Amino acid sequence: MAEETLLTDDFLRQLINVGEVDILVGLPTHNNAKTIEPVIQAIQAGILKCFPRERAVIINADGGSQDGTPELVVGASIDDVKKDDPRDELRKGSKVYALRTLHSISTQYARSPEPGTALRTILAAADLLRARACVVVSPDSTAIEPDWLQRLVRPVYNDNFDLVSPIYRRQKFEGVLMRNLLYPMTRAIYGYGIREPYASEFAISGRLATDFLSKEIWSDEWGRIGPEICLTVTAITGKYRVCQSFLGTKTQPHRSASDLVATMRRTVGALFVSLDSNFPLWSTITGSQPVPALGTQSEVVPEPVRVNRKRLQEMFATGIAELEPVFRSILSAPTLAELQKIATLEFSEFNYPADVWAKTVFEFAASYHNSVISRDHIVQALVPLYRGRTLSFLLENRDASGEDIEKNVESLCGEFERLKPYLLEVWADRK
Amino acid sequence: MKEIIITELTQALQDLARGFAHYLPRMVVMLIVAFAGWVVAYVLKVLVRSILRLTKFSKLSENAGATQLLHQAALPSSTELLSRFVFWVAWIGFILLGVSVLGIVGLQDYISRFFLFLPRLFVALLILFFGLLAANFVSRAALLAAVNANFRSSRLLSISIRIVISIFALSMVFEVLGIAEQTVLIAFGTAFGAVMLGLAIAFGIGGKDLAREFLERRLAAGKKEEKEDELSPL
Repeated sequence: MAEETLLTDDFLRQLINVGEVDILVGLPTHNNAKTIEPVIQAIQAGILKCFPRERAVIINADGGSQDGTPELVVGASIDDVKKDDPRDELRKGSKVYALRTLHSISTQYARSPEPGTALRTILAAADLLRARACVVVSPDSTAIEPDWLQRLVRPVYNDNFDLVSPIYRRQKFEGVLMRNLLYPMTRAIYGYGIREPYASEFAISGRLATDFLSKEIWSDEWGRIGPEICLTVTAITGKYRVCQSFLGTKTQPHRSASDLVATMRRTVGALFVSLDSNFPLWSTITGSQPVPALGTQSEVVPEPVRVNRKRLQEMFATGIAELEPVFRSILSAPTLAELQKIATLEFSEFNYPADVWAKTVFEFAASYHNSVISRDHIVQALVPLYRGRTLSFLLENRDASGEDIEKNVESLCGEFERLKPYLLEVWADRK
Repeated sequence: MKEIIITELTQALQDLARGFAHYLPRMVVMLIVAFAGWVVAYVLKVLVRSILRLTKFSKLSENAGATQLLHQAALPSSTELLSRFVFWVAWIGFILLGVSVLGIVGLQDYISRFFLFLPRLFVALLILFFGLLAANFVSRAALLAAVNANFRSSRLLSISIRIVISIFALSMVFEVLGIAEQTVLIAFGTAFGAVMLGLAIAFGIGGKDLAREFLERRLAAGKKEEKEDELSPL
């Protein structure tokens, strides 16, 4: 019923004109004019190439763009794909044409971006059009290839999976938060080894979309800022069929220090919140099970990454010193003492060990659950510690190959799983 | 002469006895009211303590920084302190009610003033509590934001914010209580103005080189950061 107020009359009219669809591609945007065109072209090419007979629609949920992004989405035509996309077979002369009209619809859900409302709009449209598969694609993914669509949709469409989570090809030092916190913690807590619990590209079945839409998360902060983690957790806890699919290279839009805090809120905050209501479920889980991964992973061509490691150490040490009164409310005395010891280490000896990191994160989660201080402040207080862990990760893997890094990440996951009883202990202790 | 003295003494004793007989029932009533007041105050204390424990008031108080302050002053917890406060206010109220039964001339006025003062006292306490809460919350938010933005004097900034908000709350408390309103207003204005002027002079004149260096460093650091941060968390 919420959809009645969520979807505007004009948007509803356009959806009714489209009718029922098989595949819905959702594009949440906000001022993405610079990157949106190749993404749209890849999506269209992917649909024409892999799903020419299926009824498909592209839905753009826009958060008040001022740069003409919605016009670019609506204006992109099938002809453009045939002429302009150099990666697609269509251009090489294969006779593949659209058998059906490929609609592109745009709606402005708000004047400022809200990831939760954007996803909700897309899912509401998928529900209304009875889409069998709903794919969400990030407008920043300029490296997207037409095949991505097939890799995401096929498992839902043909193999009845409910959630297809991506596995990206990354540079060895990319995705530090994902590798050091989101993946290990989600895996240890919920017992599923999903590599990208916070995915910018994913596909879901119509039934998961409908179920997720009916959840009462949309009015709270978690639903508004971190719906992606919530979706993954819903799929796991709802016993839906989950798989992963190897995609290509993950492109990273430029981020600044303020983005890190926002990212932590959207990901770590949402993950911490999910622990509250799912405690009866996750508290009984031990170990983890692998999630099937479809396709093949290709090698990454390493590129040099410029990072000011000394600055990371300085920010970690400053954080430990300046935020001591805050940490005293969040962390246990032994963990805080360990961190203070680490903060005094010389750069060459710097090491934030996996077990201390896992304990730190678990104590933060328990403090978040018990709201020992403002929840937002707890997430913000984790940022300097994350910087310390990032530095440790960089130093540990300085000369490591991609394979070695994966082994180290797996070892960290093992540490999180081993220390899960500690989380249960502090969870109960702080009541 | 002797007879006169005896008569006067007898008269005085009789007056005293009459007065005592006149006041005795009132005294008994006063004692009963005071005892009943003690019982009511005790019940109120237990009730308030239970409600505060149920609503996790101590956590709120901890967030406000009040717990730390009380601990440093070797005072009991905020829950205990508030329930004791309710007990004493209620009991004193009942005692004064009992005293008013005695009908002592001049005391009635003070008693009614006390009861009129109570709502203001509650409002003042509320302002103080929420003032401390706001000071603690805002100063912590500033501290976290400053640390995450790599601002060098983050603790100083946070403490300054806490002091300014606390002074503001205290001046409001004094105003509500009606204690030296003008003095507090002038003192607050002077202190606040002095701090601002001091900062302006320190940065603008006294520490202009330092201020320039600081701004240059900040702006340069901002530019440098854009170039150096190539790591993406996701």
